Amino acid sequence: MTDLFAKFDPLIEQRAALLDSGVADPFNLVMERVESPTVAICNGRRTILLGTYNYMGMTFDPDVIAAGKKALDDYGSGTTGSRVLNGTYAGHRAVEQALKDFYAMDHAMVFSTGYQANLGVISTIAGKDDYIVLDIDSHASIYDGCALGNAQIVPFRHNDVEALEKRLKRIPEGAGKLVVLEGVYSMLGDIAPLKEMVAVSKANGAMVLVDEAHSMGFIGEHGRGVAEAQGVIGDVDFIVGTFSKSVGTVGGFCVSNHPKFEILRLVCRPYVFTASLPPSVVATAATSVRKLMDSADKRAHLWENSKRLHAGLRQLGFRLGTDEPQSAIIAVIMPDLETGAAMWEALLREGLYVNLARPPATPAGMTLLRCSLCALHSEGQVGEILGMFAAAGRATGCISGVN
Amino acid sequence: MSDRQQISAKVHQLIEPLNKKGASVTDATRFAQDLEWDSLTVLDFVATIEDEFDVMITMNMQAEIETVGQLVDALQRLTAGK
Repeated sequence: MTDLFAKFDPLIEQRAALLDSGVADPFNLVMERVESPTVAICNGRRTILLGTYNYMGMTFDPDVIAAGKKALDDYGSGTTGSRVLNGTYAGHRAVEQALKDFYAMDHAMVFSTGYQANLGVISTIAGKDDYIVLDIDSHASIYDGCALGNAQIVPFRHNDVEALEKRLKRIPEGAGKLVVLEGVYSMLGDIAPLKEMVAVSKANGAMVLVDEAHSMGFIGEHGRGVAEAQGVIGDVDFIVGTFSKSVGTVGGFCVSNHPKFEILRLVCRPYVFTASLPPSVVATAATSVRKLMDSADKRAHLWENSKRLHAGLRQLGFRLGTDEPQSAIIAVIMPDLETGAAMWEALLREGLYVNLARPPATPAGMTLLRCSLCALHSEGQVGEILGMFAAAGRATGCISGVN
Repeated sequence: MSDRQQISAKVHQLIEPLNKKGASVTDATRFAQDLEWDSLTVLDFVATIEDEFDVMITMNMQAEIETVGQLVDALQRLTAGK
């Protein structure tokens, strides 16, 4: 018998070697208690959370929690059904209405996760003879959406407008074209030049889908994302987003002004063949989305946090993913996986949680310590975070001791 | 010189600057295993090939192309109509 698990041996060996060096397992952390959007207890220690994507800190909002509890009482713990059968409750309609209002768009479709939103929309709208042109650094859910469908897939170099244009121009006349972009790329925290890219896509007859998972609630005047901030949201055909970041729960969605959009509910397999979100989840999401419409002060504070952390880390001598802070993600580039894991553990001992990211999730084989800020991180916490990075950086030799 | 020879010569020429290992290149040379190219190198190389021959090599096609010879054959097909 051929062991089907033999293909995982290289990864099993790499993992064993890392853990044999005595470092704590960076992919097996347990949050024993969660005190707030910014603090949890890990290994019995109070830990500042700097790797949660909980950008707007909505997870403990009293209105959000009250809405969830009420829905749990009124509608029960789960729907036990597909959106197209018994799984659409009043709450599912209400959260779709909240999204339509938030984005000022005609249609909204809620999926059970953000992953399924990309999987479903991309695989369904781009068929066999269509072309999908996508940034090489696209999220796994975008690639998996491509793999689930039958379209021709054409990648282009990250954020390269000219490379996108060249590929669009080579696509045979008359073929359907979908350009897939992200507002914020979550590994390095850099944003896309959407203004130029959307213009080039439209000039070449392509429909445009933008994944704004990491910008919703925070970037743009109304928190609608990078497309809004760059003034091109009106030319974007589909915006995909998630409830598991700024909204503070779980779920995914697509909003659009396409007049035939609603037909997707019948033809999109990752929408049809799965159970819908529990009533408590859609109730928390709807409440949170509506509160995010009116969060200009929190947006401003989050920008302050991002700028301060970026400048502070740079001053300490760390190498960062972007020259300027472009989002709520600050990526600290580590020289290799061993140093990254050691630094991750040293930070955890100091009382700070960040994400350790490594290939294949990262571009160009990089190991990253990814920090995502929250609007509820206080000025004092950002100061504490910088102190922890200084201590851990010196202990692991990532930075010199003089700064 | 046939089309295939011309295409093959051009492909070999474009591989050379990316052939960091200095491996000898034949039709049987595999991009991933023998040249040890990572995904970014492949992307750059494909972009260069696309520009040089003014063709499009989708990821679907790339999945079928493992060796230099297979690439030359694919380019011969893609440029046949031009």
